[in-house]
Amino acid sequence: MIAEPITLIKQDGSIRSDEALKLDVGNIDGAGLFRDMVMARRVDTEAIALQRQGELGLWPSLLGQEAAQVGAARALQPRDVAFPTYREHAVAWCRGVDPVDLLGLFRGTTLGGWDPTANNFNLYTLVIGAQTLHAVGYAMGIVRDGDVGTGDPDRDRAVMVFLGDGALSEGETNEAFVWAAAQNLPVVFFCQNNQWAISAPYSVQSRVSVAQRAEGFGFRGVRVDGNDVFACLAASKQALDIARSGNGPTLIEALTYRRNPHTTSDDDGRYRSGAENDEWAALDPIDRFRRYLESTGQLDDALLAQIAEEENLLAERLRSGCRSLPNPSAESPFRNTYAELPAELDQQMTEHIAFVEAGE
Amino acid sequence: MNQAMTKMPIAHALNLGLRHAMEADSKVMLLGEDIGQLGGVFRVTDGLQKAFGPERVVDSPLGEAGIVGGAIGLAMAGYRPVCEIQFDGFVFPAMNQIITQLAKYHHRSEGTITVPVVIRIPVGGGIGAIEHHSESPEAYFAHTAGLKVVCPSSAQQAYDMIGLAIRSQDPVIFLEPKRSYWAKSNVDLNRTPQALDKAEIVRKGDDLTLVTYGALVPVALKAAEICHEEGRSIEVIDLRSLSPIDDATLIQSVERTGRLLVAHEAQRTAGLGAEVASRVQEGAFHSLLAPIIRVTGYDTPYPPSRLEEDWLPGLDRILDGVDRSFAY
Repeated sequence: MIAEPITLIKQDGSIRSDEALKLDVGNIDGAGLFRDMVMARRVDTEAIALQRQGELGLWPSLLGQEAAQVGAARALQPRDVAFPTYREHAVAWCRGVDPVDLLGLFRGTTLGGWDPTANNFNLYTLVIGAQTLHAVGYAMGIVRDGDVGTGDPDRDRAVMVFLGDGALSEGETNEAFVWAAAQNLPVVFFCQNNQWAISAPYSVQSRVSVAQRAEGFGFRGVRVDGNDVFACLAASKQALDIARSGNGPTLIEALTYRRNPHTTSDDDGRYRSGAENDEWAALDPIDRFRRYLESTGQLDDALLAQIAEEENLLAERLRSGCRSLPNPSAESPFRNTYAELPAELDQQMTEHIAFVEAGE
Repeated sequence: MNQAMTKMPIAHALNLGLRHAMEADSKVMLLGEDIGQLGGVFRVTDGLQKAFGPERVVDSPLGEAGIVGGAIGLAMAGYRPVCEIQFDGFVFPAMNQIITQLAKYHHRSEGTITVPVVIRIPVGGGIGAIEHHSESPEAYFAHTAGLKVVCPSSAQQAYDMIGLAIRSQDPVIFLEPKRSYWAKSNVDLNRTPQALDKAEIVRKGDDLTLVTYGALVPVALKAAEICHEEGRSIEVIDLRSLSPIDDATLIQSVERTGRLLVAHEAQRTAGLGAEVASRVQEGAFHSLLAPIIRVTGYDTPYPPSRLEEDWLPGLDRILDGVDRSFAY
């Protein structure tokens, strides 16, 4: 029976230790994690502004979920592969994806935006839960490559797939759990339970906690405070180690809160109260971590100023980068549909280009 | 070891094709329900798990979405998965993965991700089966941009085409006419295969072009033989590729014959017959001596098996169709 989410950093910034979840906090680059969360939040803020200016059609905000994503992402080794949903902008940041590349999908210049193999960060998947099966298949590939349980850190690798609380109701997600458990696959399911699937609160999806669902399928479930970057990091490291060593999958529930609406098109005032949001604002992950860092002397004014400067440069780059994103060519859908352009599609493309050019 | 020319059923030709593909490329693997220990409910994968092991011939959990979604992930990891969907009627749980993911990944990623997945599906009726075991779902796939859709009608084609499908960089829906699984014919393992996207003229003729695919090809050939005895020369074309469609071969034929009849088991409305008819009227309009005739399944769900013989387009209905064309 899984009860309260595990916390390692208390609200006042002090550390608590936990029997189940160990983390050598002295050996962690705390300032780095802080920077990651701050920068990711700034990407998010700028993207919302860009949407309001009409530069993006839509943006799904991650406000409030920075600790969950940075904690998970910083547990990944370079050769591990991450499968995001469409909200993992902080994971993208940690994986080294240029944040400008995240914008194209929402600007309408692309349906993808980056090379998944460059940073082992798959494209965003908009069909809820579909990526859980891709992650499972990829993990099957890793097993067949022999890159599990060798003990060699340069060989062993795992897959981490991100999903939300809503995805747990999709059949395919549950099928992914079946496969992962039955085949003991090296996959970590990292669920940010931000408690809302558009207007559906978690109670619409399930009567038991996310983490508890794993037990029914026959694998490990862990419940952590999703606003605690250390708890998320520790749980992710632990789960990834278990996966890489050949000891199977884990479902991590990072209990957090979606502070902004589902996307910029959503009107969340219609279904939830501002009071609930205020409660969770008081539990802000960046504020809490800041208190920890300041109390341990890891964050001083100089560093804060440096990060603020970096933030502003990033914001500027996002704005100009967004506007500079190239429109796809009229030929591109035709050329991209198949590995080689079939004769008929070539003909359709020719007709289409003639039509487009005649209109110019 | 390859033999020159052997007579074998389609199921064996497929088995051999799969075996040779797996021997040639260690990344080729199979997944599906009951394909390993059992060798598949139609025995198409018989002996393959024994030969290649359970990691390469995977007995999957019971879930078609998992089979296809898992295959997509395997393809991303560099493997070449060949999925088996046990029966046509059970492909529908996999439709989300097929249509929103498999068909679209190459396009979505602007060519960065290829998903060389083959999905083998036994299709069609005429086997006295219960519900969901006699479907013809090809139109759903042909309508989905990003998929290739093919259907062999003979053992030679089955052997050639499964190899080509596996080597294709595109996702291929590989439809196998199940009532023909045990039909034997000659297979030359060494012949150069015909391209996957080409139709095949399986009988030359001058008076009418009869286009079909899968299990109806032998029926069409029988019809052509009867017509020949009655003084009409029928050209029978096996479509082979349902997406893309080999327009050129069809149009060239109708330009000579002036008449077209398309036959398929699938329901009439929005079936492949409509697509073929549209293309041919567009490309060979002035050559047409009669309206294009379609002989198809009716617009009902597939009936109880006691009714299927009359429901399915067969020899009699195809001959009626030929007569209707010649009434003009």
